[in-house]
Amino acid sequence: MADGALQVTVALVERVWAIPLRFVQVFGEVMLLLGRAILWGLRPPFRLGLVIQAMEFIGVGSLSIIVLVSIFVGGVFGLQSVESFRMFNADGYVGTAVSLTLTREISPVLTALMVTGRAGSAMATELGSMRITEQIDALSTMAVNPIQYLVVPRLIAATIMVPLLTMVFNIVGMFGAYIFAVIIKNVDPGLFVHNIRWYTDISDLAMGLIKASFFGLALSLIGCYQGYNASGGAKGVGTATMRAVVWSSVAVLSLDFGITDVLITLGL
Amino acid sequence: MTLTATGSSTERQGQPGQPAAAAAARSERFQLQVRGLFKSFGEHEVLRGIDLEVERGKINVIIGGSGAGKSVMMKHLIGLIKLDRGQILVDGEDIVPMSDFELNGIRSKFGMLFQYAALFDSFTVEENVLFPLVEHRRRQLKRAEMREIVRDKLHSLGLFNVEKKYPAELSGGMRKRVGLARAIVLEPEILFYDEPTTGLDPIATKNVDEMIADISERLRITSVVISHDMASTFRIGHRVSMLYKGRIIVSGTPDEILRHPNPDLREFISVSKAVDLLPLSGEHGAP
Repeated sequence: MADGALQVTVALVERVWAIPLRFVQVFGEVMLLLGRAILWGLRPPFRLGLVIQAMEFIGVGSLSIIVLVSIFVGGVFGLQSVESFRMFNADGYVGTAVSLTLTREISPVLTALMVTGRAGSAMATELGSMRITEQIDALSTMAVNPIQYLVVPRLIAATIMVPLLTMVFNIVGMFGAYIFAVIIKNVDPGLFVHNIRWYTDISDLAMGLIKASFFGLALSLIGCYQGYNASGGAKGVGTATMRAVVWSSVAVLSLDFGITDVLITLGL
Repeated sequence: MTLTATGSSTERQGQPGQPAAAAAARSERFQLQVRGLFKSFGEHEVLRGIDLEVERGKINVIIGGSGAGKSVMMKHLIGLIKLDRGQILVDGEDIVPMSDFELNGIRSKFGMLFQYAALFDSFTVEENVLFPLVEHRRRQLKRAEMREIVRDKLHSLGLFNVEKKYPAELSGGMRKRVGLARAIVLEPEILFYDEPTTGLDPIATKNVDEMIADISERLRITSVVISHDMASTFRIGHRVSMLYKGRIIVSGTPDEILRHPNPDLREFISVSKAVDLLPLSGEHGAP
């Protein structure tokens, strides 16, 4: 009886212990993939065409969804701020609040989450499908390194395009906030614009764009890792895609905390 | 050719300590040599000390049942999977300790036809066959010249007017031929075939066999064919090896294989009913 209870306890402890172990293992494998991608990325041939193709897919392809989301996010943020700030007769500062929040926090995070849903998941699906149909092995047998051919262009493209999309989010989000705050809620347009220019400076923009670069790298790395290591047929590809979205989202939010802390310490 | 059985192999040479001249002569005859290859996935030991020699310029067929580890072994030969221990010599050069960069260079000697062709599904047939040329010959050849080579390869394999089609629009046999065209477009020295006749009807199977034989003869390529199709094996193979429970248990010419007394081999061949076993030769005794 006591032996049985002991065995159940040991099995339970082993299963619980396996969770952090698995996490550490996957984290190590992701870092190794990054290391190999850097090494292969520095070696010729440099496939500029593939980088541009990936930039087009991640950047241009995500543009419409980013515009759509940012106009509503900016708008609703402006709307909520007007209601709150009017309680203190400070609705002239709505533009400041919106611009600081968007540039430093909301734009990079929401842009990264939108790109994760659209492009990160697509990377995992595409590479996963290539893995299970042996197309990745076929690349290797043709003496084309699959990390150099498939992973490196996606990492470069996402690291460049997510900050650019974040900039679009900032601009369109501010436009949305202006429409709702100034045109619908009658905030003074002069004060709205003046306070943005007065309180928002280049360091606020820089903080958001630096974070966005890291988010782009993280989401593409996780998407590629999950797809590259997919196994188990169609179900395996589905699992890889699901994991790519979940873990990229977790990575974006946790990186957001870490990088913000570092950047604030550095004085940004 | 000497008939061998793993464990007491008379052919298994090239061990450490042998004279350099003998080793050179051996790697001249055997382009690919595998020694003591072990591989486990977790608790499951898939390859348990493979010893194999692949004869230069010949069609070397490796037979074995499903799950015997044939495909895993082939992936080791190309360096797609890292082994646990052992040696894989290509032209006398051990590829096991090689880095990714060095391995990439060695792989330019290889071509491979995958079981389901592994064509890039977002590329047309022409783009698929062009791919290795664009990757490796872009400095030497103009695009028009590459297209001409692709057309020639496709025509030589009986594929006409398929250049603009996508893999999904082709039959299984046609996909394999496109895969073969892609594998030979760079004129490799060693061509690997992973179950090339699986899923094909008897006529298509015969056509694929003829293609393999023709390519091997015409291009003087060393061929390594993984198969469990006995009829194909004895139709095209110059040298046959059997993989059983993670080891090569027998190697020899088709005729020697048919006479070999090993009971596992005889059972494997006899149940396929595609070929008739020959009477056992006196030197090997009764099974």
